[in-house]
Amino acid sequence: MARTGLGRQAALLVLADGRLPAGGYAHSGGLEPAVAARRVTDMAELEAFLVGRAETAGVIAAAFAAAACARALRDDLSQMPELEAELDARIPSPELRKVSRDLGRQLRRAMSSIHPHPHFADLGPAPHQPIVMGVAAAALGLDAQDAALAILHENNSGAAAAAAKLMPVDPFDVHAILARMAERLDRLAGRAAALAGGPPADLPSPGAPLADIAAEHHRRRDVRLFAS
Amino acid sequence: MYDSLHHRAPAGPVGAMSARAVLASELNGKGRISRIRTLRSDGPLVLRKSNPKGPEPLTRRRHDVARVALAAGTAGPLGGDDYALDVNVGAGSTLVLQEVSAMLILPGQGGAQSKMAINITVEQGATFVWWAEPVIAAHRCNHLHDVRIALAPDARMILREEILLGRHGEAPGDFSSRLRITRGGLALYDQQIAFGPSSDGWDGAAVLGGHRATGSVIAVDPDWVDAPPAAAPFDQNAALTPLAGPGAAIGAVAPDSLELRRLLMRGVTELGPSWAT
Amino acid sequence: MHDETTPRTRALRLGVAGPVGTGKSSVIATICRHLRDEFALGVITNDIYTDEDARFLKSEGVLPEERIRAVETGSCPHTAIRDDVTMNLMAVEDMERDFAPLDIVLVESGGDNLTATFSPALVDAQIFVLDVAGGGDVARKGGPGISGADLLVINKIDLGPHVDVDVDQMVADAEKARGGEPVLPLSRKRPETVEKLCDWVRHMHQTYAKGGHVPVDPGPMAPHHHAHDDDHGHTHSHSHSHSHD
Repeated sequence: MARTGLGRQAALLVLADGRLPAGGYAHSGGLEPAVAARRVTDMAELEAFLVGRAETAGVIAAAFAAAACARALRDDLSQMPELEAELDARIPSPELRKVSRDLGRQLRRAMSSIHPHPHFADLGPAPHQPIVMGVAAAALGLDAQDAALAILHENNSGAAAAAAKLMPVDPFDVHAILARMAERLDRLAGRAAALAGGPPADLPSPGAPLADIAAEHHRRRDVRLFAS
Repeated sequence: MYDSLHHRAPAGPVGAMSARAVLASELNGKGRISRIRTLRSDGPLVLRKSNPKGPEPLTRRRHDVARVALAAGTAGPLGGDDYALDVNVGAGSTLVLQEVSAMLILPGQGGAQSKMAINITVEQGATFVWWAEPVIAAHRCNHLHDVRIALAPDARMILREEILLGRHGEAPGDFSSRLRITRGGLALYDQQIAFGPSSDGWDGAAVLGGHRATGSVIAVDPDWVDAPPAAAPFDQNAALTPLAGPGAAIGAVAPDSLELRRLLMRGVTELGPSWAT
Repeated sequence: MHDETTPRTRALRLGVAGPVGTGKSSVIATICRHLRDEFALGVITNDIYTDEDARFLKSEGVLPEERIRAVETGSCPHTAIRDDVTMNLMAVEDMERDFAPLDIVLVESGGDNLTATFSPALVDAQIFVLDVAGGGDVARKGGPGISGADLLVINKIDLGPHVDVDVDQMVADAEKARGGEPVLPLSRKRPETVEKLCDWVRHMHQTYAKGGHVPVDPGPMAPHHHAHDDDHGHTHSHSHSHSHD
């Protein structure tokens, strides 16, 4: 895949921007059920939630985005089905698998119009979000580390933004958490990029038991602000 | 960190133990009764045949299963120890592996890492039941737990894993565990859990939320290819979730081992009659 | 590609917007009930919390349940019909694909305020719904939905006397605010008004099917909106996705 088009850093900002019209705003990244279960009640617990999420679901998403990006940059999509299956195996909750695939379809739908590339059409009917993010990053001329960082940031800032609607918080305090986490996200993205070229089976799989349990409860609630 | 006087170079610090136990089952000549083919204990990993007392739970109440108990010959593993257990469930046979007591993981000299690698293959038409006791990550331990299970496409399996974050009232050491299950070579379930002073975020609401026990029951049943069990979040701290293949995971967190066991066993009742206890 | 295949026939995508409680769901139910034998219909609802509106429409039995689908908007009903329409666009495209050929897909916005209007990237035409119970002066106040929607419905006119609203005056105010574009006083209890609504939908579908209808953006919904929203025409925004088949 030719690395042409938008300038690198600016392209990364485009891809990671919460305003990218791909439907991410409808999700809280599991924060809503965590607040509903009273597991997150203050800023310290919010920060612990976000760090825990980045170190689990974030690490997995980053690894798969980086792996997909590395392959798309080589125009080799042959392992995408294996990446999809490996990612499925890392998400016990069917609800979270569906959310990941819904967000993946939406990201592909958006990017197919924003910055078209033939690879998007080759990803199967409902690709996972990290896979699409990796391919979209490659289409924008970005590398595996950029892809990892984009999805880490998008997932983290999306959950943080949801806090303003779910909790009595000072938005400055919420963004202070994001600022404190910046170095962590860089580090996690670097680690994801280092693994990107290896076999899909070796990609990390840190689980988050409460995230899976809470997601299944959330789907069954009558009233909810966020889809997940 | 390493003592220059150690005598067992590859195993790490002084007194560190390296052990590899092997267990295999097969069908007998007439192809009816499962029996033990290999039973090789090694040092602290002691394998003992135990005869079924009656119809065996979780195996459609069969009488003709092979049954083995794993006992710990010593405390540990301790830091530096390197344990391995290889299990082969031969074609068509049914193996039930139970454990005599919890595994207490303790720190070793100089903070060296202990390892436990368990490799299991379940061949075609075979059934594997592994009813493990808790793994307890004691204060200041440093342990890597790695379980790999390769299932034939038509193999059945159920296992229980329980992890306790420290003994009563103590903070856990560094612990990292991976359970990876493949079916016909394709990934079916792959989850790591890591906690302790060197890990971040595990105590937060996305992961363990301050709980001191976590565990799961994983069941794989070829009959579920067409009709997987429905998702069931049956407790605030537990859920049964169908996997992307013919398997189901029951995940739970709890303040202690008793409550964890209660949640997991309640989840098992949601799996349906073929997994009746 | 499975995902973004253009259906053989693309339905008229008709948005229904308006403030909370003015009767958007009821307008959609009315259209479905009266036109389901003439047109192949589908409905996408947008809810702020969960899928209340979809459940209402399903319980009314106006269409087979599978032709009514809900989009969860993460408590951002504005965003879902205007600046990030991806979820709705995909819901419409999925429905057009799953039930091809459809004639009309109705998209109900989550109840919001007077400024919420559909992006022309999502719908071809839109109805804005007010009701007399919201006050007689609402129409005069204007706003992009009131002035720029393809049709303004003033609903529940039978309630006028009970809420001290002069319906004729309200309609006159609305017509003035809209510079002659159509205003339809509506009451479920007055069959002649329902028939007028149906006629408008029939006419819009006919015009659309002949290619004579060009989506019109009622206008930006808040002052901070970027000017380029206005010239982001529908045909342009679809040119990429429709190239796959």
